[in-house]
Amino acid sequence: MALAVGTFHCVHLPPRSRALAITSPLSRDQFDRGDSVVIPPAISLGCASISETFTKLKEQRKVAFIPYLTAGDPELLTTSAALRMLDACGSDVIELGVPHWNPVMDGPVIQRAFERALATGVDVDAIMAMLSEVVPELSCPITVLSYFHPVLEYGVSKFLAAMNEVGARGLIVPDLPLEEAEILRKEAKTKKIEMVFHTTPSTQKGRTREIAKASEGFLYLVKTRQSSPLNIGPPRQETDKPVAVGFGVSEPEHVRQLSAWGADGVIVGSALVQRLGEAVSPSEGLRAMEAHARFLMAALP
Amino acid sequence: MHALSELEDAFRSLSKDANFQEELDGILKDYVGRETPLYFAERLSEHYKRPNGEGPLIYLKRGPQPHWSLLAKRLGKKRIIAETGAGQHGVATATVCARLGLECIIYMGAQDMERQSLNSLQVRAVHSGTATLKDATSEAIRDWVTNVETTHYILGSVAGPHPYPMMVRDFHAVIGKETRKQAMEKWGGKPDVLVACVGGGSNAMGLFHEFVDDPHVRLIGVEAAGFGLDSGKHAATLTKGDVGVLHGAMSYLLQDDDGQIIEPILSVLGILDYPGVGPEHSFLKDIRRAEYYSITDHEALEAFKRLSQLEGIIPALETSHALAFLEVLCPTLADGARVVLNCSGRGDKDVQTAIKHLKI
Repeated sequence: MALAVGTFHCVHLPPRSRALAITSPLSRDQFDRGDSVVIPPAISLGCASISETFTKLKEQRKVAFIPYLTAGDPELLTTSAALRMLDACGSDVIELGVPHWNPVMDGPVIQRAFERALATGVDVDAIMAMLSEVVPELSCPITVLSYFHPVLEYGVSKFLAAMNEVGARGLIVPDLPLEEAEILRKEAKTKKIEMVFHTTPSTQKGRTREIAKASEGFLYLVKTRQSSPLNIGPPRQETDKPVAVGFGVSEPEHVRQLSAWGADGVIVGSALVQRLGEAVSPSEGLRAMEAHARFLMAALP
Repeated sequence: MHALSELEDAFRSLSKDANFQEELDGILKDYVGRETPLYFAERLSEHYKRPNGEGPLIYLKRGPQPHWSLLAKRLGKKRIIAETGAGQHGVATATVCARLGLECIIYMGAQDMERQSLNSLQVRAVHSGTATLKDATSEAIRDWVTNVETTHYILGSVAGPHPYPMMVRDFHAVIGKETRKQAMEKWGGKPDVLVACVGGGSNAMGLFHEFVDDPHVRLIGVEAAGFGLDSGKHAATLTKGDVGVLHGAMSYLLQDDDGQIIEPILSVLGILDYPGVGPEHSFLKDIRRAEYYSITDHEALEAFKRLSQLEGIIPALETSHALAFLEVLCPTLADGARVVLNCSGRGDKDVQTAIKHLKI
C-alpha cells in the first residue's frame, strides 16, 4: 500500500506471522533476533485520527472493532506484543488502559488486571516509553484510557504532551464528567488529541446531546446492565457522530446484535483482558486473546 | 453521572419541600433525639486555667449523629447500600433501614471485618484492593451505578462524588444550627473557636458549615496522626496529603511519590481511616478559612482519660483527638474565649480499646 510520507494515512502492514505464538516466555531478545514478527524500522508515519478512521469505515460500511487492554497486564512487554497482534488482525482503534488503584468504574476482571499491572510497578512513564516504541509500527490509532487521578498526578499538560510525543491519538477519562473537563479538552485540542466521552442509554436526552457534541472521534455508549436489549436509537438521534458500544461485549452474538442495531463500533475489554492476563503464561495469553479477537471480528458485518 | 444528577435534583427539590422538612425534623427530634445539649465543661475549663486565673471556656456539643435515610424513602428506593470502615456507619444505616423497612446491604473491607465483629448486619465482604474502607466505598459505588433504579447509596461522609459532599454536609448541618441557637441563648453571642475531629469530615463539616461566613469564628479540624506524622502510620490527610482524585472527588489524599494512595493504617486506634478527606475541608484549608492539625494515638488516649476523669463523660476515641488538641490550643486563647468542641458519638464502644492501650 502506498505511503504518503508527511501526511496522515492508514498504513496497512503485512499480517503478522504466527511466529508470535511462541511457547517460551517473551523476552526482548526474541524480538530482536527476528524469531518473531518483523518490526519495520522506525519511520514515524503517524496514524489516522479516530475520526478519520471512522469516516473511512463508514465509507466501507464497516463496523469498527475496538479492543481494550490494560497496560502492564501481565507485564508491559506482553502488552506491546498484544498491541501489535491486535493491530495485525485488523483492529480499527485500540484502547489502552492506565492501571489505577481505585478503578471505581471497572468490574472484577479489569480490577484484577489493574492489580496485576500495578504489582509489576508499571507507571505512566513506562507506558509512554513502551508506546513510543510500538505506536510507529501500528496501523491503527491508540486511545489512552485513564482515570483522572493518574493524569492529574502526572500533570495534565505533561500527560498530554507525552501522549502527543508517542503518537497516541485519543483520550478517554471515564471518571471526569463533562462539566469538569474543560481544561483538559482545551489542552487536548492543542495537541490534536481527540477526547472521547461516555453516555448511557438512561442518560437524559439533553445531556446526551451535550456529551455527543463534545465527544471527538466517536460517542462511547456504555451498555449498562439494565439496557438489554440495547436501544441505540435515542443516543443515535442526538448526534451524527459515530456511536461505539462497550461494556459486557464478549461473544460474537453481542457483536452481531450491536451491528444489527446500528452501532458504528464495538468495544471489547474484559473478554480479551481476562484471556490475556489470567492465562498460565504470556504466550498462552496472547494466543487466547488473539483467537478470541478474531472470533469476535468474524461476527462483524 | 446520570445517577448523580438524579440524586442532586431530588435532594434540591426535597430541601424546599416543607412536608419533607417537617418529617425530617420529627425524626431528628423523636428518633435521633435532637436538639442535643451544649454542655459547659466546667472542670475541663478549670484544667486549662492559667496561674493568673484566666483561660478559655470549653463547651461540648454532645449527642448522636444526625442521620438521613429519610431521603431514600422519599426517592422510592427499596434497597439501601452503604460502606463502612470500623462499622459505625454500617450499624447506623442498618438501624434506620430497619425503622424504614428497607433492604440494607453494607460493604466492608475483608481486612476491616477481621478487626470488627458485626454479625448482626448483612455485610458484604470486599476482597479487592487492600480490602479496607477505600475498597468498600468503591464497591458500593459500583453497586449503586449498576442498580441505581432500585438503590439508594448512603455514603458515610462528606466525600465521594457531588452531590454527596454537599448533601451529607447539609444533613449534618443541624449540629451547627443548634450550636448557634444555643450559644445565643447561653451567652448572647457566637463561639470563638470550633474544634472537631476529622476522618472523612462529616462531623466537623456539620459543626463548621453554619459558621463559615462568620470570619471571627475560628474553625479547627483535628486529624489522626497515629504513631506520629513521620512514622508513615497516620491519617493526617490535610497535613501530609497531596491533591488527587478519590471516589469522584478532588481533594487531599495521602499519596506516595508515585501518586499511589497510602492507606492510613494503622494507628493503634485504627479510626478516622478514610484515606482521603471531604473536598470541602480541602477547600477550606486552601482558602485558609479553616486550620487543620493532627494528634497522635498517645495524645488521644490521654485526652480520653482526661475527659472521663474530669467530667465523667467518656468520649469516643475519634473525638478524643479533638479533645487532645485543647492542650495545644488553650494556652494560646484569650481569657473567656468560648470554645465549642464537637463531642458527638459515645465512648462506650471504645472503653475496651482504651483500657488495653492505657494499660489501666
